[in-house]
Amino acid sequence: MFTAALIGILITMALALLRGALGPTVFDRILAVNVVGTQTVLLIAVAGFWSGRPEWLDLALVYALVNFVGTIAVLKYARFGNLAHDHTRERP
Amino acid sequence: MMIVDAASWILLAGGAGMCVIGGIGLLRFPDVYTRAHAAGINDTLGSWAILLGLMLQAGLGLVTVKLAMIGLFMAFVSPVTGHALLKAAYAHGVGVRTDEGEDEHVD
Repeated sequence: MFTAALIGILITMALALLRGALGPTVFDRILAVNVVGTQTVLLIAVAGFWSGRPEWLDLALVYALVNFVGTIAVLKYARFGNLAHDHTRERP
Repeated sequence: MMIVDAASWILLAGGAGMCVIGGIGLLRFPDVYTRAHAAGINDTLGSWAILLGLMLQAGLGLVTVKLAMIGLFMAFVSPVTGHALLKAAYAHGVGVRTDEGEDEHVD
């Protein structure tokens, strides 16, 4: 049954990658990468149970954190063109 | 244990199905706002159903606590990410696409 869940998650990742490759705007691509990251968290969690080693959940937790920070960083870069921009000072 | 196993399998299969539905919506919806709406299925129902199914498999213990932490983190992060993404898209001037064509947004 874990195998079925893994296959579903992999199909979702493939669809999201396709949207990331097709996506007309940069925000479509960021959204697709965000979905791939979320599915990666689930993939690691399910794969840990699938192989009988649930200790991999630590990796899933760390990956969730990294995915969030990465998405926000890429969004900031896409909006301001600069990661060090202080958006509280001036409105773009 | 039979009932717990069956519930876990239903949750895992349902969560994976919801993830695939979200992926199909992500691929087929017309603009970035509706695509974010489809991706919300992945972040909420898909991931929580899968995590709940894994919790039922794991039983009480540290593994369940870790799974609950992942689910709780997703519950906080997914709205923040979606809001930031769509606000950035809106500020960037991405229009809304309807059946009549693409409309530029108005402020």
